[in-house]
Amino acid sequence: MNVLINNSELFITGFKNTGILFVFSAFFALILGTIVAGMRVSPAPAMRGAGTFYVNAVRNTPLTLILAFFALGYPQLGLPQISFMNAAIVGLSLYTATYVSEAIRSGINTVSVGQSEAARAIGLPFMQTLTLIVLPQAFRSVVPPLFSVFIALLKNTTVAAGFSVLEAGAIRAYLSERGEPLLPGLLWVALIFVVLVLAILTPLQRYLEKKWRVAR
Amino acid sequence: MSSVLFDVPGPKARTRNVYLNAVTLIVVVGIIAFILFRFYQSGQFTAQKWEVFTFPLVQETFLKAIGATLSAFAVGAVGSLVLGIVLAFGRLADSKWLSLPCYWFTEVFRAVPLLILMMIMYYGLPSAGVKGITPFIAVVVGLILYNGSVLAEVFRAGIESLPKGQREAGLAIGLTNGQALRSILLPQAIRAMLPVIISQLVVIMKDTALGFLITYNEILYYSAVLGSQGDFGFPVVPALMVAAVIYVGLCLILSGVAKFTEYKMSSRVKVVKAKVGIAG
Repeated sequence: MNVLINNSELFITGFKNTGILFVFSAFFALILGTIVAGMRVSPAPAMRGAGTFYVNAVRNTPLTLILAFFALGYPQLGLPQISFMNAAIVGLSLYTATYVSEAIRSGINTVSVGQSEAARAIGLPFMQTLTLIVLPQAFRSVVPPLFSVFIALLKNTTVAAGFSVLEAGAIRAYLSERGEPLLPGLLWVALIFVVLVLAILTPLQRYLEKKWRVAR
Repeated sequence: MSSVLFDVPGPKARTRNVYLNAVTLIVVVGIIAFILFRFYQSGQFTAQKWEVFTFPLVQETFLKAIGATLSAFAVGAVGSLVLGIVLAFGRLADSKWLSLPCYWFTEVFRAVPLLILMMIMYYGLPSAGVKGITPFIAVVVGLILYNGSVLAEVFRAGIESLPKGQREAGLAIGLTNGQALRSILLPQAIRAMLPVIISQLVVIMKDTALGFLITYNEILYYSAVLGSQGDFGFPVVPALMVAAVIYVGLCLILSGVAKFTEYKMSSRVKVVKAKVGIAG
């Protein structure tokens, strides 16, 4: 308990930054993932190919490597410099978007054929069929897998600690600098994550799942 | 019909698709070309930065790093599978004294970030007086605890998706609950869940790269070391590119195995169905 109280400002900053990483990455990943899922079911073969390539390449690359590229490789590109925090958000979003896209694509497959046939019958083109008829239904049925993706994202934010972002995963380094006992400090970090996942995100997932259950 | 979302394209849709294809190609090629051009401009493709990969010593060390990644993966994968089966059995046991701890074990270890688990092993335990924790042990134990808990849920879902009659038939011929689980339910569950299990193995493979952050000398760690060599002009980008190719290659091989088994199994199920059809 002492470790937590003596270093409360460190824990608060750490988990605040974890929250920022999580919220922004989740937001961008959701948008990008939806676009990629749309590309992967689109009528144009090149779009499908590009979407599939992106998903397969990024999903098979370790997140650590992606973040390493943004932290170590990106500065060599000669582009405008961005902070490590923003680099981590970009990396986490690009990585998580592939999982979002896979979840949504499997959701699209659960929407019954009759729905899009009816949409086409009243003359809606592809974009409107997708955005007005299919995606709203698909989103409802992918709440559980999507939440699992976001829970994974919350845990993945810790990897950014390896690349100079002061978030929950970095608390260890600061504690050892201050000469604080490491084991209790790390156990506190683990405990807070357990509480975040099991007491907040998982119940929220169950609630939304129940609320948005689609009657089919 | 190719998709539920659109009809077979007519003449108008075909021309539109041609435009869409062209635009996509231009955008994608544009992005890739821009990145490559920037790398070229900032001198990432100079011979000096790539020459380092021609040295036998560097190649040898890279091979060693690949070996380190693969050995962490192999031990982690086997350990996770064993722990997963044990935990799944525990959760399905009749006794509350056995199933409740297993339930909490899986829930907790799935909720803790893997990196934090590894840090607890590598930094936390030695600080509390535990000796002999090498980075390898920390990586492997972290992988086993986390992925074992995930796989336990996979096995349990597989067992619970089986028809109830399977277990009842086992009990009816005088097997105990555990025997029925071992010899009747588990083999079927593993077969049904094999694609999921293998894609979890891909996750284990990728997660070995977390070892980089706790100084385990695996591929990514060595790439970063290589990238910091001033003698070769800091070949960070080339080293990361090589690491990426190796990781993607290894994971694609595993994903390929997953696809292959899925295909194999779907065809086997078909055969079984056909036989049932004939017999019925």
